[in-house]
Amino acid sequence: MMGEMTADVAIEVEDLSKAYGAHQAVRGISFTVRRGEVFGLLGPNGAGKTTTVEILEGYRQRSAGRVAVLGMDPGPRPSALRERIGIVLQSSGLYRHLTVQEAVSHWAGFYDAPRDVAGTIALSGLEAVAGQRTRTLSGGQQRRLDFALALIGDPELVFLDEPTTGFDPAARRQAWETVRSLQELGKTVLLTTHYLDEAQALADRVAIVKDGAILAEGAPGELGAASRRYRVAWRDADGAPRERETEDPTPLLHELTGAALARGERVHELSVTQPSLEDVYLELTAEVAPG
Amino acid sequence: MSDHALDPVRSARAQRSSVAWRRAAWRQYRLERKMFWRNPSAAFFNFLLPLIFLALFGAIFSEREADLQVIVPGIAGMAVMSTTFSALAMNITYLRESGVLKRIYGTPLPTSAYLAGIAGNAVTNTALQLAFITAAGSVVFGLQWPQDWAALAVFAVVGVVCFASLGVALSHAIPNFDSAPAYVNAAFLPVIFISGVFYDADNAPGFLRVVAEVLPLKHLIDGLSGAMVTGDGLADQAGALLMLALWAAAGLVLAVRGFSWERRRD
Repeated sequence: MMGEMTADVAIEVEDLSKAYGAHQAVRGISFTVRRGEVFGLLGPNGAGKTTTVEILEGYRQRSAGRVAVLGMDPGPRPSALRERIGIVLQSSGLYRHLTVQEAVSHWAGFYDAPRDVAGTIALSGLEAVAGQRTRTLSGGQQRRLDFALALIGDPELVFLDEPTTGFDPAARRQAWETVRSLQELGKTVLLTTHYLDEAQALADRVAIVKDGAILAEGAPGELGAASRRYRVAWRDADGAPRERETEDPTPLLHELTGAALARGERVHELSVTQPSLEDVYLELTAEVAPG
Repeated sequence: MSDHALDPVRSARAQRSSVAWRRAAWRQYRLERKMFWRNPSAAFFNFLLPLIFLALFGAIFSEREADLQVIVPGIAGMAVMSTTFSALAMNITYLRESGVLKRIYGTPLPTSAYLAGIAGNAVTNTALQLAFITAAGSVVFGLQWPQDWAALAVFAVVGVVCFASLGVALSHAIPNFDSAPAYVNAAFLPVIFISGVFYDADNAPGFLRVVAEVLPLKHLIDGLSGAMVTGDGLADQAGALLMLALWAAAGLVLAVRGFSWERRRD
């Protein structure tokens, strides 16, 4: 039953759908985000990640399904909900003629119980540029200001939509550190990304999304294991590489090793692997060849 | 629970939220003022340009009282239009397209308090301009002080509501910020030329007079002229006031109905 577990559940999504005219952007998505968890929606561009997140943030109205964010329906955008969430949009403008310090302290005034302004600027790594106008900031610094403005209300739940798209590797690492510090502060984070390594590095659990549906869900390390398929590779008696996928490798291994022993040889280059998250992701999101 | 028990709670909550609303709108207004003065191009176009026009035309028509009596209310009407219509059409388009509106929309700041702060900034510019122009008309150009202050105030208020809402409504039609100046000037420049800012509109060719009669600016200038120069009361200017009010009503409906916090390309 929905609503009974709200104490330790931050987001509950049940059979969520969203259509734009004839285009079905989200088709029957369900997932649950627990409090204190970093949950990743991983998928290619156009998979429906942003639409899903913007429904949870109150920017869009769903076509069907049930949604609870911190126990509230985000549809009518209750101010009690906006008080408790922080949003980092994919891209959003800044007041170009304010300093970082002025912007953060103005934003603090929107909330009943904001965080400390100087502390939030420090947490976001903006101390050195606090007195600078926002239009003089680099792309990475502007993104950190996005984080600061999303955190200043001391939200319980933070939405991060593609937080590092277009970043160079150093800026990405810094953004990842900020996300980790959010988790250390006990925040719940819902993250969308189309970078596999980002989901792996940050998320406690990942849902792989494609064409508006969730294809797989689980901890990054378990997603591969959950597929319960093993890939067995070896070289046969003629030295040719062979590979076979199986749910249970035991009989195959028995057959291979038995045959090799009977010939008095070794099985060369034998390996048994389970697919990694990357394999699962690539397989699930691959375009099916037409026909 | 009885109604008696509920009502005080509800009214206390409503009172607290109305105090919070006014505080939020005031904070936003102060921020908008600060940013306005830090943005040199906004400060120039919204503030100095009408005053430069007044100085130039005042110099050209100096000592010709009949012309000055046309140009001073005309530039006052133009100032109302540029500080509200042009400024808000540009500003709302910028805020929408840059994503500031969307960001604000995700915070607890009430949208109405936010827009009140932005509108308050524009109206402050209107009030300052009207004060400068009125004072310059008397002190510099030797015209009489306005004959009917009440009529001046009524026309200024209705004119501000009219042109502010039309400016917001126009922003809904502007697809991106790069094209905003073109849209705004395509409306602003023809209207100021046919509505009698720089000459008496009654001397214009017939078809232009018809167009000007249908548009709001000529009626605002007629009303301001009546209040400042001739001393016609509101009763004599009822037709002009009615036209302005009709445009204001249409503008308000369009401004509210088309409003979107989202970028056009999204």
